[in-house]
Amino acid sequence: MISRLPSFLKKALLATALVSAGHVYAADSVGIVVYNAQHEGLTKAWVEGFTQETGIPVTLRNGDDTEMGNQIVQEGAASPADVFLTENSPAMVLVDNAGLFAPVDKTTLEQVDSAYRPAHGKWVGIAARSTVFVYNPSKLPETQLPKSIMDLAAPAWKGRWAASPGGADFQAIVAAILEQKGEAATLEWLKAMKTNFTAYRGNSSVLKAVNAGQIDSGVIYHYYSLVDQSKTGENSQNTALHYFKHKDPGAFVSISGGGVLASSQHKEQAQAFLKYVTGKEGQDTLKNGTSFEYAVGKNAQSNPKLVPLQQLDAPTVDASKLDSKKAVELMTQAGLL
Amino acid sequence: MLPETLPVGIAEAIPTHLRRRSRGRFASRGGAWVVGLSVLVSLLALLPIAFVVGVYLQTGWSTLVPLVFRPRVGELLVNTVLLVVITIPLCIALGVALAWLTERTNLPGRRWWSLLATAPLAVPAFVHSYAWVSLVPPIHGLFAGVLVSVIAYFPFLYLPVAATLRRLDPAIEDVSESLGLKPWAVFFRVVLPQLRLAICGGALLVGLHLLAEYGLYAMIRFDTFTTAIFDQFKSTFNGPAANLLAGVLALCCLAMLTAESAARGNARYARVGSGSAREQRVVQLSAPLKALALFLQIITCVLALGVPLFTLGKWLMAGGTQVWDLPELLPALEQTLLLGVAGAALTTCAAIPIAWLSIRSPGRLQRLLEGCNYITSSLPGIVVALALVTATIHFARPIYQTTITVLLAYLLMFLPRALVSLRAGIAQAPVELENMARSLGRSPARALWLITLRLAAPGAAAGAALVFLAITNELTATLLLAPNGTRTLATGFWAMTSEIDYAAAAPYALLMIVLSLPLTGLLYHQSKKTAGR
Repeated sequence: MISRLPSFLKKALLATALVSAGHVYAADSVGIVVYNAQHEGLTKAWVEGFTQETGIPVTLRNGDDTEMGNQIVQEGAASPADVFLTENSPAMVLVDNAGLFAPVDKTTLEQVDSAYRPAHGKWVGIAARSTVFVYNPSKLPETQLPKSIMDLAAPAWKGRWAASPGGADFQAIVAAILEQKGEAATLEWLKAMKTNFTAYRGNSSVLKAVNAGQIDSGVIYHYYSLVDQSKTGENSQNTALHYFKHKDPGAFVSISGGGVLASSQHKEQAQAFLKYVTGKEGQDTLKNGTSFEYAVGKNAQSNPKLVPLQQLDAPTVDASKLDSKKAVELMTQAGLL
Repeated sequence: MLPETLPVGIAEAIPTHLRRRSRGRFASRGGAWVVGLSVLVSLLALLPIAFVVGVYLQTGWSTLVPLVFRPRVGELLVNTVLLVVITIPLCIALGVALAWLTERTNLPGRRWWSLLATAPLAVPAFVHSYAWVSLVPPIHGLFAGVLVSVIAYFPFLYLPVAATLRRLDPAIEDVSESLGLKPWAVFFRVVLPQLRLAICGGALLVGLHLLAEYGLYAMIRFDTFTTAIFDQFKSTFNGPAANLLAGVLALCCLAMLTAESAARGNARYARVGSGSAREQRVVQLSAPLKALALFLQIITCVLALGVPLFTLGKWLMAGGTQVWDLPELLPALEQTLLLGVAGAALTTCAAIPIAWLSIRSPGRLQRLLEGCNYITSSLPGIVVALALVTATIHFARPIYQTTITVLLAYLLMFLPRALVSLRAGIAQAPVELENMARSLGRSPARALWLITLRLAAPGAAAGAALVFLAITNELTATLLLAPNGTRTLATGFWAMTSEIDYAAAAPYALLMIVLSLPLTGLLYHQSKKTAGR
């Protein structure tokens, strides 16, 4: 049959097969595959340093926290991923609950401050970020700032704040509220949010809108305006940051996680990657680079431009209990998704 | 980008006697494998529909009801319906007005205006939206959605309407004028009804794009079903809420297909009588009308071409050489080209059996097979991609996250684009030549390849070009299905704009436009040829 096919058909089939084979081969070759939900720039910097040091090539698949977490769960034992990096903890919990992580090497765990990793050691913190209330001082005087993130449900805040509900960042904040305040209070808050807030796509867009005076304020993470100021500052120069502190749910510090998949065929290299990320060089990338995320390594320094983590007075939230599934369910129920 | 614009011009151009004559004996002899292949391709096409139905059957009623019948779905439905009912009439009005001006009046420089009315197609819809958002940052919501949609999609109406206008027999208009109708009445009562098929076809195409587009609306913060499905996907991968919303969206598409086929009617549009139609008369516009017409052309051009080019230029200047990050850009360009070429080749090959059947052996089976492909290709990329993700992850793991799956998605989404052009090409290859090759001992496949496909090559090339163009600008299915480490121009552009790095996104947008330009030119040329000029 094949021999009777017209030759251009054969050529086309051959071309298709070659293209496919190239990619299949790339996935199965010596390097590791990292499912990356962290900011691409940051992970690329880690990968470059790691590959330079070890010679192990890394292939990235970029996506969002819970998208990739759910993806890994569905892929199960045959997942192509060797390492999973997130921006927030809930997606790590999702994969961990499915029993898909291999224990992280002890030396790696010991590199990280115990406050930024779950006690069971199935995954480890790689960086941290704080919830922040960004506002435009010309629209919202300092005296009117909310005391708690829960205040934003009040009718007085109607039309005055923004968020990016489709993103994993905000969903992690919701998961933290859920963990602290319980299901009923969270749902009520989310329903009030639906009435009060304006949805943007991505925290950068929220920042940009606040800066342009399209909206008074927004709930995002701390580093977006610092990243912008390290470039042109055009999207943040008219904004200021307000940290809720006082163990408020809105002072939540979210741990970005990293883990090695139990199904990985390249566990040694995968563990080495995690060790690099949490080690001195990996954590120095956080201090010296343009990500402006907090370092979580023992004795590691964060960028001096940041308000030190210790001063943020964050609530104590057990990262291994953050329930992304329930958070998304409640947000869907409140009509935010 | 333009599948269904062409059948309006081409389908009627195929003489029916050519289809009939070849029926019967021929198909039964060598045609078995062709039929087999066609059935195979069409079964593949049914996969996304099977997925949607499967999801509904599998999801229990108690899960389904709260996820489908909730206020958020109502909001999305209102948004989507408003978008469709406002945008389509505006596109029709603009498309018809521009087509009439460039085809029937003495508007100065009408050839150029005609080219310029086609050119916005070279700019991907999400680049239009990117241009507007960076020019007028607060722009958002329904107004922005309608504005950018009209600008991005009106050429889908302009092209078929202009092609049809060029072919109309002026005699009917002369007769009605001689019977006392005023020029305006002639236009609305005689010309416009003859444009019905072109308008229906173009409007359907615009409508399907409105339902399927993600990037355009995501960037200007207008929520439709497609953006909501994408949000759900980003939170839950292929969770039940995403899949159920996909089902609702698929129903909207089917409703639109049904509405269009009902609106087409059964009237006859071909001229009766011998000889050829007379040259059309050129309408002499009065000076104020001419000024008004020029104003319309200029404003359309400024909005549809000026804004994207100005914004792109601005970002490219602002970014300087720094944004030309070649180690990132070149692989993206290479992967886009590879996927485009492989996808176009595969899709065109897969279209051959069905196209051949529809010309050489039309019948109920062939219409059914073709219908499957049209319905699937009307489904948004996100639905097709969700179906393929779910199917490959559970049942076809070896091809999960491989280029094969992406190409398969392209095949399902863009097959009709190849089919339409290929069919027109095969129709023009006389069946007698193929029969003669068979009688001289060539196998059916060799006869098809040696004779018919060579004669149909220009049609096949045009079809492949259309598929290539579509793949170059494809965003949603590529985002979901691409193998690890893949980055195309479209997904690269999307990654940059998601970080609000508009300057770094500009080179990607420029490369996509440059890749699309020659094909848009081809399309323009083809629409002229269809009309016999």
